[in-house]
Amino acid sequence: MLKDITLGQYFPGDTVVHRLDPRTKLLMVILYIVALFLCKGFVSYGVALAFLITAVVLSKIRPKALFKGLKPLLIIIIFTAVLNLFYTDGTVLVKFWIFKITREGIYNAFFLVLRIMLLVMGTFLLTYTTSPIALTDGLESLLSPLKKLHFPVHELAMMMSIALRFIPTLIEETDKIISAQKARGADFETGNIFRRAKALIPILVPLFVSAFRRADELATAMECRCYHGGKGRTKLKQLRYRRRDVFSLLLGVAVLAGIIVLRRFGL
Amino acid sequence: MSEAVKISDLRFSYPSQTEEAPLRIFDGLNLTIEEGAFVAVLGHNGCGKSTLAKHLNAILLPEGGSVSVFGMDTKDEALLLEIRRTVGMVFQNPDNQMVANVVEEDVAFAPENLGVPSEEIRRRVDDALKAVGMYDYRKHAPHLLSGGQKQRIAIAGVIAMQPRCIVLDEPTAMLDPHGREEVIRTVERLNKEKGITVVLITHHMTEAIRADRVIVMDQGKVLLDGTPKQVFTQVERLKAVGLSVPATTQLLYELNKAGCNLPPDALSTEECAQALYAMLKA
Amino acid sequence: MAAIIEVQNLSHTYSIGTPFEHIAVDHISFTVEKGEFLGVIGHTGSGKSTLIQHLNGLLKPTEGDILLGGESIWKDKETTRAARFRVGLVFQYPEYQLFEETVYKDIAFGPKNMGLEDAEIRNRVLRAVGFVGLDEAILDKSPFDLSGGQKRRVAIAGVIAMEPEIVIFDEPTAGLDPAGCAALLDNIRAYQRATQATVLMVSHSMDDVASLADRLLVLNQGKVEMLGAPKEVFSHAARLTQIGLAVPQITALFLRLRELGIDVDPSTYSVEEAVHQLLLLKGGSADA
Repeated sequence: MLKDITLGQYFPGDTVVHRLDPRTKLLMVILYIVALFLCKGFVSYGVALAFLITAVVLSKIRPKALFKGLKPLLIIIIFTAVLNLFYTDGTVLVKFWIFKITREGIYNAFFLVLRIMLLVMGTFLLTYTTSPIALTDGLESLLSPLKKLHFPVHELAMMMSIALRFIPTLIEETDKIISAQKARGADFETGNIFRRAKALIPILVPLFVSAFRRADELATAMECRCYHGGKGRTKLKQLRYRRRDVFSLLLGVAVLAGIIVLRRFGL
Repeated sequence: MSEAVKISDLRFSYPSQTEEAPLRIFDGLNLTIEEGAFVAVLGHNGCGKSTLAKHLNAILLPEGGSVSVFGMDTKDEALLLEIRRTVGMVFQNPDNQMVANVVEEDVAFAPENLGVPSEEIRRRVDDALKAVGMYDYRKHAPHLLSGGQKQRIAIAGVIAMQPRCIVLDEPTAMLDPHGREEVIRTVERLNKEKGITVVLITHHMTEAIRADRVIVMDQGKVLLDGTPKQVFTQVERLKAVGLSVPATTQLLYELNKAGCNLPPDALSTEECAQALYAMLKA
Repeated sequence: MAAIIEVQNLSHTYSIGTPFEHIAVDHISFTVEKGEFLGVIGHTGSGKSTLIQHLNGLLKPTEGDILLGGESIWKDKETTRAARFRVGLVFQYPEYQLFEETVYKDIAFGPKNMGLEDAEIRNRVLRAVGFVGLDEAILDKSPFDLSGGQKRRVAIAGVIAMEPEIVIFDEPTAGLDPAGCAALLDNIRAYQRATQATVLMVSHSMDDVASLADRLLVLNQGKVEMLGAPKEVFSHAARLTQIGLAVPQITALFLRLRELGIDVDPSTYSVEEAVHQLLLLKGGSADA
């Protein structure tokens, strides 16, 4: 069932990581990603890994949940690993038929896999510990300087939060429409690609019609509740940097600086 | 008491999509609603109820005549936000009027738009959620609530604007009997305890009975206007415009036609039972 | 009378193995007789929707079986697919499933999926349109240009056009105004009389089902609470109220009269019958 798909997988909690300002977390993730791309050797990867492990332990998110997030990416990870393993020049260790495995190839493959895994798990930790609404608020606030350039920051954030609000509703609706058309004998499972694509029309048309109707009604309802754009808007929850945010950001900067230094030594 | 709504000679039509003549809804409607009243508006689909509702907070503007709410002319653009803040609106489909995916954020939407300071928003959100009995659900996601609960959240979202009047456009049409009762009880309480003027558009007779005043509309005109007792005893006229009457009223009507002498306006089950008891024991 | 549907020890559990695991239907057994009108009542979450989606094979039982004319609908793939056409299911707010350019094409969708010939499809569409009380002139219009009530009728015609032996209506009058409700219920009744089809109708409104159904099935927390003629079911008014269901207004009134010591039949639910009883009583007391 479509209903079972979890979206915006947020695991509510009350740990330090959960309580951090979403802007802090967003910035930390950015610092972390930059640092990952600057990692060169075992030591720097070790630093990044230690940083991630600390965050995971503090967040009380079960590591299993993080590994689960890697599953859909497994094919990409294996594919890049294999490519790097066989197509890196350097000191040849093993050679058979047209394939050769080099020492550099092994290093490359290993670091790349490690990089992807650390990257994915780090970003998952962000979405696991930050509610979608906090994330949207954080983004809006971080991007607010762009308002001066007439970039529609508020509208973008509003669109994001409405999308988040309506995803479960539309999924439920899709489920219902599929059942209703199946009850009229619609067949989505047999036939070639062309036939199957055509079979989607009875689902997509009602879904679009309904989405437009919802949008129309929602717009009226928003107007009725005095919505008039982002001008002069206040917030129920104001984002405020606290001491823990300052410390965390300093830590993030320190990790990045450390990795830059290590990079110079080729570690 | 002062007037919450004053509609004089309202004329309005929807522009037609084809070349046909525009769809005329109102051709000189007059109506006043006293502040603090609980008014039910009845009528079959297409009689102009919803169009009327949308005139009360300047979502639609009159083509001719005027609509004023608490002394404010809805045509005055400078007053737009104040009008919408004063007259809150709740619609039929609870899903299509929720903006946020957390209950308290949704209730906070209107005060945020009005630029209310954060601490004040917090207070208003908590008060509004308590007023509709949904405070315990403030951290929930709206799509996991029942229809009646969602509608109460929608009402809380309106109350957070501190309105003087709430207009509800068929708020119970998509709910089960339990959800309906939840919503109507909430509305009743807001009317009695907070003195908020309520305009309830519905086609459930059992809900209309609970209002102080019932207005029956037909083809953009007020057909009947009075207390529930005055209106529901007009069985023939209601049926003529496609409305039904409560079964107990129908029963009394039939019995009187058969020669009994019962009070036709015994609306509640209890009143009706007492009247029948009196007749049979006489 | 012969049983057309046999529900045998049916259970359905959603999201097995997750924290959201939830038993919607809990070991239900009952039979539906050929040609009967069965009302299905229960409050939201009583398992009504889950139950009816089993009857045409949309949902697969976690446990138990559904027999259609004595044969399991899960015997093989063809039987399951055939069940879709033998049991027509009209969902709640069916107008939201309309998708074709014209009303004709939309109603023809089901019959077309059955693999019928064009002439036969045409006959069925015309018959279905008649049953739901729409004018043939509507067939060339776009379904999206119709009024809400007309859309609902088109959607119902789309199911009826498959000419199923059994039709299930889930809250067919939800959101309609009183005149619209009454007219649609009349259509459903006329349809059943004309085709002798077996009809199941899910409803919140006791007043609606009471006047139409031969028997009522009352569900509570995924189990069968009561099954019997309306009079029989309404004689347990106290229990109905307890599980969150309202009894028809007239039944409530007569229960109160009984409490007051007047000898009326508390399972009465229609106005006509109530008038009849009360006039008899009045005549009786005048004679005494």
